[in-house]
Amino acid sequence: MSLLSIENIHTYYGNIHALKGVSLNVEKGEIVTLIGANGAGKTTTLRTISGLLKPREGKVTFNGEDLAKYKSHEVIYKGICMVPEGRGIFARLTVTENLEMGAYSRTDKTEIQNNMEKAFTIFPRLKERRTQVAGTLSGGEQQMLAMGRALMSNPNVLLLDEPSMGLAPVLVELIFDTIQDINKSGTTILLVEQNALMALGIASRGYVLQTGQIVLSDSAENLKKNPTVQKAYLGME
Amino acid sequence: MQSLKRFNWTDVFMWVVGAALLILTIIGSYLTLQQGKYTTVQWFDLAVFGLAQGSVYALIALGYTLVYGILRMINFAHGEIFMSGAYLGYFVATSMQRSGFMQENPLLGIALIFLTAMTTSAILAAILERIAYRPLRGAPRLVPLITAIGASFFLQYVFRGLFGTQNRAYPEIAYIQGAIPLFGNFQIQKIQLIVIIAAAVMMAALAFFVQYTKTGKAMRAVSEDKSVAALMGIDVDKIITRTFVIGAALAGAAGVLYCFMFRIVTFYMGFIPGLKAFTSAVLGGIGNPPGAMLGGLFLGIFESLGPTLFLDGLGIPAPYQLKDVIAFTMLVMILIFRPTGILGERLSKTKA
Repeated sequence: MSLLSIENIHTYYGNIHALKGVSLNVEKGEIVTLIGANGAGKTTTLRTISGLLKPREGKVTFNGEDLAKYKSHEVIYKGICMVPEGRGIFARLTVTENLEMGAYSRTDKTEIQNNMEKAFTIFPRLKERRTQVAGTLSGGEQQMLAMGRALMSNPNVLLLDEPSMGLAPVLVELIFDTIQDINKSGTTILLVEQNALMALGIASRGYVLQTGQIVLSDSAENLKKNPTVQKAYLGME
Repeated sequence: MQSLKRFNWTDVFMWVVGAALLILTIIGSYLTLQQGKYTTVQWFDLAVFGLAQGSVYALIALGYTLVYGILRMINFAHGEIFMSGAYLGYFVATSMQRSGFMQENPLLGIALIFLTAMTTSAILAAILERIAYRPLRGAPRLVPLITAIGASFFLQYVFRGLFGTQNRAYPEIAYIQGAIPLFGNFQIQKIQLIVIIAAAVMMAALAFFVQYTKTGKAMRAVSEDKSVAALMGIDVDKIITRTFVIGAALAGAAGVLYCFMFRIVTFYMGFIPGLKAFTSAVLGGIGNPPGAMLGGLFLGIFESLGPTLFLDGLGIPAPYQLKDVIAFTMLVMILIFRPTGILGERLSKTKA
């Protein structure tokens, strides 16, 4: 049984049919990537998993449990945490307060403290800036904060939405290295990326989403060799 | 040519009006001070009264601003929340006064009045949020605004229907009457001192709450981004209810303080203080709690000193009758020249 599985979900924005029967599986310990062009429905898929959007059809199961009955703020208690597109940090809260909000679902004070130390070990830059208001951080630091904040809840699955967006190449490398480290320490990752090359570089499997439908799914190696993927998403002729 | 295009007669007119008001204010103040009709003691009394009145405005204004910060909605029924607390507090006060309980245990009695008023307001606000505002979350911004005005009238007329239209005299609590002599001829009314201190304590408590507690931080997080807050496991609806409840409890307390000062209770008593507090919130920068406190104090003092200072010198008879004119002229001027208020507004990124 997969850790996270989505079966045939249809999600709408008002009358717009955004996801037309998307199915995918994420096994425990994997990095799975979901690639696709702008507007293909990548973010919508993640928002549906995290409960911000409710599918009209189909279901999302986690650990064998249907997530339909949970509201968006309850999903994190099941062990799923999402780092939203554009980071979604709380700009007027300090770095420490942002991290504390990440641990909102946790009540054990020592555990929270340990998680914060862990986040500071992964991202030493955040420790230097912990009293700073998050809005004053650079883009890369904000991405680190968003990821650190998500880790504060000890998630089983981390949903990452475009972590490379708007970052300098050197920072993208750093963020992707960190994603691999987080994965090695036991967190399953579903990664949504426009930067398909980087994403397929660290993922074990990938799905290609096109106008609300999965058009391809294969191992990352095979996807990299697939001529359609090469042409459409990797910029190769 | 570009600069000429931006030239606009409306702006010129507004600037002229603004400048004229400013000049009148300055001339009026100069003439008043030159005539020397008022002694320093009188000015001091007016200032202290202004500060006390301003503290009440500030307490109410916090409710407007907290809710606006999170929902981007002006809760126009907030004045009635204030009134309901004051009204129920009045019943407790009168019965305790009649039974003699107040004379024997004044501190406990006053605490009970506050408790009643704050609880009433808080419960009413929670109900109001649940049935009048929550179903409209996500509707265009005008819709909850209209509902709020409707709710305001609803509450006013419920109180009118239940308790009648008469003005009721608030009991005179002996414990808080009288004045405390300072130096020379200066003295300070006990009631005014209590109002200022009580309001200051509550505002400090609120500031602490918002800054350091888990709920307070969650309130700030929700006011920035509701969907991300939900992703972090914050129950946004619960936080919104708590925000309403906290704002309402402050308004209830303000209701009691207002009654201590003005000793009158009616069903429409929430309207003018509500508008004044709204003005304070806008003045300080709506959505910004320190701004609401500052705006409230500023408006209170302005309104208390203003008529005597600006208008008396111009030879206007009975200037104190015009204090509301001063307050609302100021609101209009702020909306024209600095719509973000003194400290600037703080808004939720996504609207309700």
